[in-house]
Amino acid sequence: MARAAVLGRLTWQLGEVAEVIQETPRVSSLVLAVPDWPGHLAGQHVDVRLTAEDGYQAQRSYSIASAPEDPRVILTVERLEDGEVSPYLVGEVRAGDKVELRGPIGGYFVWRAGEERSLLLVAGGSGVVPLMAMVRHHAAAGATAPVRLLYSSRSIDDVIYRDELATLSEGDSRLKVSHTLTRSQPSGWDGYSRRIDGEMVAEVAWPKKDSPAVFVCGPTAFVETASGLLVESGYDAAWIRTERFGATGG
Amino acid sequence: MRQSDLKVDGNAIAGLLREIFTMEMTNAESTCAGCGSVHAVGRVDVYLNAPGAVVRCPACEGVLMRIVQGRGRYWIDLTGTRCLEFK
Amino acid sequence: MAFISRGFKGKRRDVASSSRVPPGQHVVNDFPVLSAGPTPRVPLSEWTFSIVGELDEPKVWTWDEFQKLPSETVTVDIHCVTKWSKLDTSWTGVSVETILEQVETAADFAVAYSDGGYTTNLPIDDLRGHQAWIAFEYDGQPLDPEHGGPARLLVPHLYLWKSAKWVRGISLQNEDEPGFWESNGYHLRGDPWREQRYWGD
Repeated sequence: MARAAVLGRLTWQLGEVAEVIQETPRVSSLVLAVPDWPGHLAGQHVDVRLTAEDGYQAQRSYSIASAPEDPRVILTVERLEDGEVSPYLVGEVRAGDKVELRGPIGGYFVWRAGEERSLLLVAGGSGVVPLMAMVRHHAAAGATAPVRLLYSSRSIDDVIYRDELATLSEGDSRLKVSHTLTRSQPSGWDGYSRRIDGEMVAEVAWPKKDSPAVFVCGPTAFVETASGLLVESGYDAAWIRTERFGATGG
Repeated sequence: MRQSDLKVDGNAIAGLLREIFTMEMTNAESTCAGCGSVHAVGRVDVYLNAPGAVVRCPACEGVLMRIVQGRGRYWIDLTGTRCLEFK
Repeated sequence: MAFISRGFKGKRRDVASSSRVPPGQHVVNDFPVLSAGPTPRVPLSEWTFSIVGELDEPKVWTWDEFQKLPSETVTVDIHCVTKWSKLDTSWTGVSVETILEQVETAADFAVAYSDGGYTTNLPIDDLRGHQAWIAFEYDGQPLDPEHGGPARLLVPHLYLWKSAKWVRGISLQNEDEPGFWESNGYHLRGDPWREQRYWGD
């Protein structure tokens, strides 16, 4: 089934919105039922296509947030201020609507639960979405690899999946979540309070003797900074897989 | 708009490459015809805010691929890629 | 027919006076930034503009010399092949006609070349006759690097990919030599009023 997910036929399908979950003030998850969904791998994405009545079309890619074990396809979308597609998906779309999508797509930025190496996940903002699919997959599959997630957000209200991450890490000693809030912190905050830097990486990342599997996702500048820091700390660039979200006006 | 906002990576064109090559391309390793460095297609630099997709080598910024689609056709220039290795 | 997404409208698309909007285009109010690569940065002290190729003698201007050429401010509509048009844009620059007057050539074609390796080809007639400029100001301000500064070619009667950003020179040629996009699917000439977007249009 894993192989089928990577090579599945890429045709446009209609998914029906079963539920819209508001995750943060700007972020919502669309829970989709997609008939004949072939299954997917953690880290893959879908392309979503919207068509207006006059025929105008816009297309964007969104990472799948749900684990492969979940029969639903969950897309977590951040509404961008002057975006064209995201304000529609987060704001207009409601349960019962249909969304045209194709996928699953991707093969490079993918983690499988059978992978035994220590896993390091580094997320900037909405870059946490494909990494959350990996975390959920790890939990659902009972994977043995130890996982550390370093997640950078602007403020506590911007942290997506906050409660679920807390519950998962409390219940599984193999998952450790470190948060950094770069713009504002609530009183009593005991996580990091600054942009990712060498010291933070040294404290959170696996020792290099582990040859960990690393996935970094977020805006291009964040990904480049984070990967650079990891390589400077002694990580082999070959261990690190990245996915850059541009500000394409989504 | 920051310059980095315009640059993404090969993951962003995984769907487009599937349309053309009918297989998942992001794990393929491309050798740059300009500088010889090797990168997974998922890792190369991609500029999409353009009349087509421009794929560049992360090491030397040379053009690896250009992809244009229009009127039901695709044009793809791979002359900047010396070879693609699939495992 | 494609599935229609309930309630989706997309960015506001003005259908302005259609006589000013070529077929298949829609009008935008912002100024989209398109880029095929990293933004080149060249200090003005190192910037030069050249005319080379099939001519009696190549000419090169430094930035200071270029600024001494007669320049003008024009208001034009611009049309990008990615389907957006922007009306009444104001540019200041040196007319390419002024530059071509300084050389002797029998060449029929030109290739504009830019920092970063971009090229675009045009018949020389599309550069003559007050149709093209080397623009260094947009809307009264020095041209931003993301829009092609310090200077770009501006040829508003053709699709905007012909208006090469970060232009550094024009090579005059006897043969039409397809540029960066023209060699990979885009039309050799690119007249938006005849919707010449791709090969064969």
